[in-house]
Amino acid sequence: MTLHSVNKSPFERNSLATCIRLSKAGSAVILIEDGVYGALKGTGIEQEVKTCLQDRKVFALQPDLSARGLDKSKLIEGITPIDYDKFVELAATHDKVQSWL
Amino acid sequence: MSEEGTIKKFLYINRRAPHGTVYAQEGLEVALIGAAFDQDVSMAFIDDGVFQLCKSQDTKAIEAKNFCATFKALGDYEVTKLYVEQESLAERGLSQDDLMPLTWEDEDDDWAEKPSIHIVDKNKLADLIEEQDVILNF
Repeated sequence: MTLHSVNKSPFERNSLATCIRLSKAGSAVILIEDGVYGALKGTGIEQEVKTCLQDRKVFALQPDLSARGLDKSKLIEGITPIDYDKFVELAATHDKVQSWL
Repeated sequence: MSEEGTIKKFLYINRRAPHGTVYAQEGLEVALIGAAFDQDVSMAFIDDGVFQLCKSQDTKAIEAKNFCATFKALGDYEVTKLYVEQESLAERGLSQDDLMPLTWEDEDDDWAEKPSIHIVDKNKLADLIEEQDVILNF
């Protein structure tokens, strides 16, 4: 399966919405850089992310969360914060990485 | 005094998230330059710009400069008017509690500590934009 990465804020670009629309059940999504804002609770895109979580794993890069002051308590339930090592492992264990820029 | 020139109202509009691009950091530096020239400086935080003011930002792990600390020094440079759009906060699930508690000391009021951040609605922000002489966008 494919690992999908999103590095843009969902409020500035539609990268996350397109990623969710075009990724398949069983694939994985990782939010990095400004993409981590998509992990926030209480936003306009929260419902789409929750739908995605029903059949896809969603990760968020912890160093990018920390840089932006986004505490774990602010994240949508089910999103897993991961470190750089785990990101590398995900990239290696999926057949390819699709970067939604 | 005439040799000091005219004081104009400068508004720095910030609409980008911090860290992902260099806009936020550059905007902050240019706002400080305006203050250094004794201009009447205001800053507005709109759209993803509101994320710049989130508290507890720690950039160690991404090896980027934590320029957010500079926001805390703005009061010392007489940049005391930071306007945050309420609608932008709401769209992002944020409230005032999520923002840094920025303050400044008012020398005309026995150095009373006053809040620098003002959360305003879109109508108030539109009025603020209308009353400026110069607007710079980041």
